[in-house]
Amino acid sequence: MTLRCDKQTVGKRLLAAFREAGAEEVAPDILLPAESLLDLYGEDIRARAYVTSDPIRGEMMLRPDFTVPVVQAHMENGAEPARYCYLGEVFRKQDMGDTRPETPRDNEYLQAGFELFSHETGADAEVFALFYRLLSPYGARAETGDMGLLLDAVRGLPLPAPRRDALLHHIWRAGRFQQLLIRFSAETRPRDFPQSAASWTGLRSATEMQARIDRLQADAGSPPLPAVWTERLKRLFAVRAPASEAVVMLRELALEWPEIAGAVERIAIRFDKIARAGVAPEQVVFDASHGRTTMEYYDGFTFSFMAGDRGWPPIASGGRYDALTSVLGKGRRIPAVGGIIRPGLLAELEAA
Amino acid sequence: MIRLGVPSKGRLMEQTFDWFADRGVRLSRSGSDREYAGQVEGAEGVSLVLLSAGEIPRELRAGRIELGVTGTDLIREKLAGWKSDIVEAVPMGFGHADLILAVPECWCDCENLDDLTSIARDFRAVHGFRLRIATKYHRLVRAWLAAHEVADYQLVDSQGATEGTVANQTAEAIADITSSGATLRANNLKILSEEPILRSQATLFANRAAMDPNMKRFLNQLGL
Repeated sequence: MTLRCDKQTVGKRLLAAFREAGAEEVAPDILLPAESLLDLYGEDIRARAYVTSDPIRGEMMLRPDFTVPVVQAHMENGAEPARYCYLGEVFRKQDMGDTRPETPRDNEYLQAGFELFSHETGADAEVFALFYRLLSPYGARAETGDMGLLLDAVRGLPLPAPRRDALLHHIWRAGRFQQLLIRFSAETRPRDFPQSAASWTGLRSATEMQARIDRLQADAGSPPLPAVWTERLKRLFAVRAPASEAVVMLRELALEWPEIAGAVERIAIRFDKIARAGVAPEQVVFDASHGRTTMEYYDGFTFSFMAGDRGWPPIASGGRYDALTSVLGKGRRIPAVGGIIRPGLLAELEAA
Repeated sequence: MIRLGVPSKGRLMEQTFDWFADRGVRLSRSGSDREYAGQVEGAEGVSLVLLSAGEIPRELRAGRIELGVTGTDLIREKLAGWKSDIVEAVPMGFGHADLILAVPECWCDCENLDDLTSIARDFRAVHGFRLRIATKYHRLVRAWLAAHEVADYQLVDSQGATEGTVANQTAEAIADITSSGATLRANNLKILSEEPILRSQATLFANRAAMDPNMKRFLNQLGL
């Protein structure tokens, strides 16, 4: 059992390293307004947040994550470039399903984080190299991905806009994505919409329903997506190799798929910068599907660091979340990248 | 002593009494109808505890009763990790009810969960918040929707009169227990074509820690 104060000690050491890297320390509230923030998270975090109510402030939640409150604070009064760091608890319910695990996962744990708001092209490499330097002494394995590559790949498919948008929307949900892809690859039969005799009920209006019916009817005539594209997507999702090999594989794919060439070159440049920051590319795995299992607000570079026993969560994770800044900045958008480390897991590794 | 928890009133109690009577164990409420004490005849070392069906899961896990009759829906919803503490001794063949997802009947573009997923995405874009599903079965519904990779929805808590939430515009869809579907139809709702989230029925459950020779002898007597 690792003591709470040992975890704090590791956390403070990380925080000092982040400050040394030029970050200003911030301390977001632990109790955050629930309604506006919860809507930004995917269902996974939403379902796991502890929500409580305040007689004056309404629904509040125990901080489930730092990124959103830090971005919010920056969008309200920050100047660029800005580097922030923080250390504190996050709270997430751990529902174990039907069988109780022998060692339940923590529902309260420390995160030490670093967020960088900047237009500089080296921002991804700066954050990643910093994390790598702090975590390689623990024997951590680095895995990276790029949601921008996958989003560009889907945008480049020869599909009508509604089909393309549906695929983009579900890119984080592998089963649903695959199901859509199968449907789009076959002939679509026109569908009947038998009118119901029941009286109208609920908030969704008849106009909204008609808009969807019109869209589905227009869609029924779409030609199937040629099989070569599902084959290419499959190849793309399966790319997983040390960085330099992965770039070769991606460049090969880009020859038949010019829409991803830009993203591939951005990835190549990023790994060059990471190499120049002192991280050997053969030490870093690039997994094209990596970002599909991370937080839904990441829309570019993603990374995680694995260590310890199998079944451990990543000891650190992060990525780029430009779109989130524009949601929270009400149209104003600032490129942003950051990540968190879990000091509790590092303390356990040190104790072992 | 084996303490047997049984729902304290209504059809569920009567059917439970009948089920045990068919197996030679006579359960009865002692004294007046208002008294929640019970008697057991035809079995040694068993006492009857009359409880609200909703409390039986909690009492079983806490070990304050060793056996209990309640719906599978309540055990699965209320006890995270239930299999670690509770043994499903036997489904009893009554108290059937399905946990289902229902949407307005007037939605002629919504037959299944794929439709609902697509409608939820449109709904969020138009209204600026996630499509609301009213339920009291938060864990079961969330786990099921997560397994089917449905996004863009939110659960809203409804502890009663759930079918009315759609007409009242506090929810767009509901997830609730139904046996005949009559209440749903009366509220202009229809069930999605998927298999139910859960098929529930009255079930005899035992506390895992209480599975000793005495318990086995009693379960044997019941033909289990």
